[in-house]
Amino acid sequence: MKTKKKRWYDYLWIWSMLYFALGFFNILFAWLGMIDFLLPLAIALIGGNKWFCNHLCGRGQLFSLLGGRLGCSRGKPTPRWMSMKWFRYGFLVFFLAMFGTMVFQTYLVFAGVNSLKEAIKLFWTIRVPWDWTYTVGMAPDWIAQFSFGFYSLMLTSLLLGLIVMVFFKPRTWCAFCPMGTMTQGICKLKNKEHT
Amino acid sequence: MLSKKVARFEQSVCAACGACVKECPRSAVAIFKGCYAAVAAEQCVGCGKCAKICPTGCIVIEERRNEDEN
Ligand code: SF4
Ligand code: SF4
Ligand code: SF4
Repeated sequence: MKTKKKRWYDYLWIWSMLYFALGFFNILFAWLGMIDFLLPLAIALIGGNKWFCNHLCGRGQLFSLLGGRLGCSRGKPTPRWMSMKWFRYGFLVFFLAMFGTMVFQTYLVFAGVNSLKEAIKLFWTIRVPWDWTYTVGMAPDWIAQFSFGFYSLMLTSLLLGLIVMVFFKPRTWCAFCPMGTMTQGICKLKNKEHT
Repeated sequence: MLSKKVARFEQSVCAACGACVKECPRSAVAIFKGCYAAVAAEQCVGCGKCAKICPTGCIVIEERRNEDEN
């Protein structure tokens, strides 16, 4: 069997882990996650492809590594419904709604209606104090509020991905990942003749 | 001689995650136009490694048909 040559982007799983570690020390680093949000969309919109998914996604690589080589996945087949259109798009709509809510919370802090909450919310419900990662006054309150909200979203989706990784295939998260669904939708629109 | 079995990909379900590309011992899979996985049937030996790793279940290993042989 041929061993495939490793490229620099094969190590982006390190970035994925580093991101969560940084948010443990200073929540403002959460903004860096916007790269993982905007880059796949930019690549899909400009290039009409999912090059981000199959080359640059540190999260996908992390699941492959943990679930594959490190044996943390049972490797059972992903339930069919998880990769079906209604679930993929339904989850995307839900995810975007949660993102919108988070942006609205940020706006309320910006407008002075609400005060900054130094906590993260896991699975959109469980409030976890995270105040050691921020000293009030380091940045405008709304910048910090967005950081807490965005980090919550990133951590929640990572945990969901890890859970399905353990139960099913290493990259089961990719079957319904909102970013993947969005870029797939863009690809389909851009390559209409092949769908 | 070509193998009896061959991998077949359901493009509309593929998430283009690239896991199968990395897994294939024959480098028979590529991401077509960067959007979905496709197999070069003549290189495929039907080992099923790609289907085993695929998170969307869009790969099936089936009997090679005549049209795969050219
Ligand atoms: S589907 Fe999501 S997690 Fe999977 S490779 Fe694409 S962006 Fe990464
Ligand atoms: S069945 Fe084996 S040889 Fe054929 S594409 Fe899949 S991994 Fe490659
Ligand atoms: S592993 Fe499955 S979902 Fe991922 S690129 Fe290959 S065929 Fe597509």
